[in-house]
Amino acid sequence: MSDAREAEILPTPGQTVGPFFRFGVEYAGENIVVQPYSPGSVLLSGTVYDGAGEVIPDAMVEIWAADSDGSVPTGEGARIRTSHLFSGFGRAQVTGAGHYEFWTRNPGPTAPGKAPFFAAVVFARGLTDKLHTRIYLPDDEAALAADPFLASLSDDERRTVIAERDAEGNLRHDIRLQGEGETVFIRF
Amino acid sequence: MTANGPGLEPQDKITAEIVSRHQQYQDDLAAGARRTGTLLDFAPYRSSVLRHPTKDPRLVDPETIELVSPAYGHWEVAPIESDLTAQHVGGEPQGQRMVIEGRVLDSAGQPIRHQLVEIWQANAGGRYIHQRDQHPAPLDPNFTGAGRTLTDENGVYRFTTIKPGAYPWKNHLNAWRPAHIHFSLFGNAVTQRLVTQMYFPDDPLFALDPIYNSIPEQRDRDRLVAAYDHDLTSPEWALGFRWDIVLSGPQATWFEPEGDEH
Repeated sequence: MSDAREAEILPTPGQTVGPFFRFGVEYAGENIVVQPYSPGSVLLSGTVYDGAGEVIPDAMVEIWAADSDGSVPTGEGARIRTSHLFSGFGRAQVTGAGHYEFWTRNPGPTAPGKAPFFAAVVFARGLTDKLHTRIYLPDDEAALAADPFLASLSDDERRTVIAERDAEGNLRHDIRLQGEGETVFIRF
Repeated sequence: MTANGPGLEPQDKITAEIVSRHQQYQDDLAAGARRTGTLLDFAPYRSSVLRHPTKDPRLVDPETIELVSPAYGHWEVAPIESDLTAQHVGGEPQGQRMVIEGRVLDSAGQPIRHQLVEIWQANAGGRYIHQRDQHPAPLDPNFTGAGRTLTDENGVYRFTTIKPGAYPWKNHLNAWRPAHIHFSLFGNAVTQRLVTQMYFPDDPLFALDPIYNSIPEQRDRDRLVAAYDHDLTSPEWALGFRWDIVLSGPQATWFEPEGDEH
């Protein structure tokens, strides 16, 4: 009997999405996780920047998050949006101005006292592999203060993974791949 | 030629940078750096210079939502979407027809069931349908080059398509990408999300290509190359290629192989 570690097989490495991915991955309603302006809906949007502070016009952002009651979505329909089930997953192609947006819901805490966040994955031409990060909701300061990942970050770093809430209740969050204000990316 | 104006750097310079960067990776490993599958900081791929994080991604314990993945219903992908040769009423695309089949596994070797696999590729002449692809090779009115499927009970996917051509780009003078198909995969956890590229055996462009070589170790680059499989080849119809994909689990790392020497 071989030990488990020996049986572990090495993962397939990632590669860039390349320049011409949009026609291969874009689908109708991909960033409309819930209907715009429906009860409980929120607009999460921002801009993706490179190390020179220029917008990146050929990036893709994906989000995946709990429902507003903190439950993990099990609803099918991440691809065909007609079912009105909450799939929790969204994909956005940035505009020529590097802007992405999602209509979704505010995730709730998955356990009492937990800080809610969107799991996010970023892809782009020139980015050799995917990047994981988190986009935390800014509202529950006690939960944010208790979050072990956030506690490991400096104040400047924390700001790169916590969204801002605007007057309309929507969320703004920019992603910077490099340089001043570089987003904190994560691995598992 | 005219598409590549003066001022672009020669292939020899790029190739030398690739060799040098791979050596630096080995030196970093010897000095205690962690092993990685793909280098984010890989300057021979010029577009990466301003697009790679300068800080190493932080190691975190995945939480609830990160340990699961979106669920796709069988009704969300039609069977015909896995046949890239049957998407146009006008007829079949030009090029070498082929079937690609493989298994999607986790790092324990267990099948990833009922998950989404998306592919996209250039046509037989090496041209993408994307409007910004200015490569002066013809578009094929019978080929779009995008497909998707869900893995079955055993984690198996299967596509019918045509072999893409090598594709010229402007990373440097006379730059050509080896023929490849882009793959996007979902696992059982969002941590397993993967976008990568599948290549064909024995491509002479491998050593010259900055994207293929953004993976610093040969044994890892080899994992991106499909195998010709005569049992998958159909008489008088299509060649068969087999390519298995392993999605890393949260615990999976790029282990030091036993007996490895630097």
